[in-house]
Amino acid sequence: MQQQVPVTRGNVIQRRLARVTERFGLRPTDLLFRGITMFFVLVVLAVVIGVAIVLVIYSWPTITTFGMSFLTNQAFDPVHNIFGVGPAIFGTLVTSAFAMLFAVPIGVGVSIFLVDFCPRALRIPLAFFVDLLAAVPSVIFGLFGFLVLAPWLQHTGEPWLQEYLGFLPFFQGQIQGVGLLAAGMILTIMVLPLIIAVSREVMLTVPASQREAMLALGATRWEVIRYAVLPFSRIGILGGCILALGRALGETMAVTLVIGNQATKPSASLFQTGYTLSSVIANQFGEATPGLFLSAVIEAGLIVFIITLITNFLARLLISSLELKSTKGVRV
Amino acid sequence: MSTTTSMRKGTTSNPFWPRQSSHEIRRQLSNGLVIGLSVLFVLFAVGVLVYLILYVTLQGIPNLNLNFFTKLPTANGEPGGGMGQSVQGTLIMVGVASIFGIVLGLFTAIYLSEFGRGPLANGIRFLVDLLNGVPTIIFGLFAWVLIVVPQQTFSGIAGAMALAIIMIPIVARTSEDVLRLVPNELREASLALGATEAHTILRVVVPAALRGIISGIVLSMARIAGETAPLLMTAFGTTFWNVDLTQPMDALTLRIFNFTLSPYQAQINLAYTGSFVLIAIILIASFAVRWATGGFKRKF
Repeated sequence: MQQQVPVTRGNVIQRRLARVTERFGLRPTDLLFRGITMFFVLVVLAVVIGVAIVLVIYSWPTITTFGMSFLTNQAFDPVHNIFGVGPAIFGTLVTSAFAMLFAVPIGVGVSIFLVDFCPRALRIPLAFFVDLLAAVPSVIFGLFGFLVLAPWLQHTGEPWLQEYLGFLPFFQGQIQGVGLLAAGMILTIMVLPLIIAVSREVMLTVPASQREAMLALGATRWEVIRYAVLPFSRIGILGGCILALGRALGETMAVTLVIGNQATKPSASLFQTGYTLSSVIANQFGEATPGLFLSAVIEAGLIVFIITLITNFLARLLISSLELKSTKGVRV
Repeated sequence: MSTTTSMRKGTTSNPFWPRQSSHEIRRQLSNGLVIGLSVLFVLFAVGVLVYLILYVTLQGIPNLNLNFFTKLPTANGEPGGGMGQSVQGTLIMVGVASIFGIVLGLFTAIYLSEFGRGPLANGIRFLVDLLNGVPTIIFGLFAWVLIVVPQQTFSGIAGAMALAIIMIPIVARTSEDVLRLVPNELREASLALGATEAHTILRVVVPAALRGIISGIVLSMARIAGETAPLLMTAFGTTFWNVDLTQPMDALTLRIFNFTLSPYQAQINLAYTGSFVLIAIILIASFAVRWATGGFKRKF
């Protein structure tokens, strides 16, 4: 691109500008536009990095005071200045594991239906429906969980479980409605659309030739899925599941409303109330006084941040590796 | 496909499959089982959504009237009243957040689709994607530490900032996707006519992708209107009218959260009505975007 600024004029500023534009091979307006764009991008970049830095700086007091014991300490005790997120980590892991246990088979099942079994006319409305499920705000899931699901669990669900499956350690203990079970169930519903969306997307990339080859061999529809579709898309589905796990680990409002927010002695019971890392933040920030307390709340956030960064990183890596593979051709 | 299956079914008169081996029956059974299961799962997912929306609608509609939008909540337990200040607060904070979110998101998208090459652009794209996956309460925490704690008061502006950060990656990635769909010939034609790069992008490329960009913006606004966690620790909520961004501000989601936990039936009813309004807003936005992008006919 030719630079059009007259360099012969004796204007110093203009000459300087000309030198700069010449160097970049751009006209001044373009340089300005690129500069503005770059500025905003750098602001975004600064925000992303800023979040990480701020979290680390402000949680530094507890990191240095408690070290790793912060992860296992049972108390969140401002009076004795002892802080730990042991119960919260336990609650986070249990509820997320519960959600994944049910959401993965259901989600993959739904996407199998959407991709392979669904009548053509239903395909788009159903997919849109699933997207809507993803768009419902989490506080509404929370309201539903607290006002509908928890009372139902208390009066019908949990007594039933205790009567018929009470020999299992999961279904023993005091029945309260709110608790790990309710949180797990709400999380299951909340992560479902994410798993469905990703697995569906991935299954759609399976080449028709793979399906047709299986059908030509006389396979049933399930065998086509079992031996052609699932092996081809398992990495992408795994990526979707990890993405969903990240969502489940970090979900705040719905869980805060239904988990009970009372740390009990960790046991195998799903009926017990508990905490998750995010619900600790939502519950404690109001009382947090500057010092260790504030720092402890922020370190809980830092842990959530790191966990979700790792899960997201893994998920994107898996999903992007799959996209590369499928463009290279058919994998036999 | 259908002929294969019907042959496989091996009914009595099929000469190719005179009788079914146990292996064959097992294959057919597992096939049927999986189809049945997947239908069951679909019914579950659809059923949950329908039940949730219907329940909230049926509980919310009886209290839906003009008062909901114009009145403050009444004192504890008294019937009537509304969530006027929440609607107001949501509008203000989403509006302020949108200004920041749209500008930053859009310029990031322009950078990623028009200028960004090499490792820096890939790195930024990756970070933006990661930003999208971070739980929103983290951004609330960020705004809380940086704005609320030093100022020693919850404020609408802190809430708006948290929402803006949530909005950036959504706007950036959806806009980038549609900007990439703009054919290169348009850019080349514009540059060949002597237009500057800035002129080309702002007057040719962005307008060509405008419909998709606006769709992304609408969806992201609907999304932040439904956020609670980041507002809880920044805007905090109030039961009074407030347009002052430096003071605690209410939001629909915050009021729903507070009234869900309320011991009074009148407030719980208002929480249902608020949820219904929120779901309605989001449904309308989703439908509008689908319709605008032709999503009901083809995959966008």
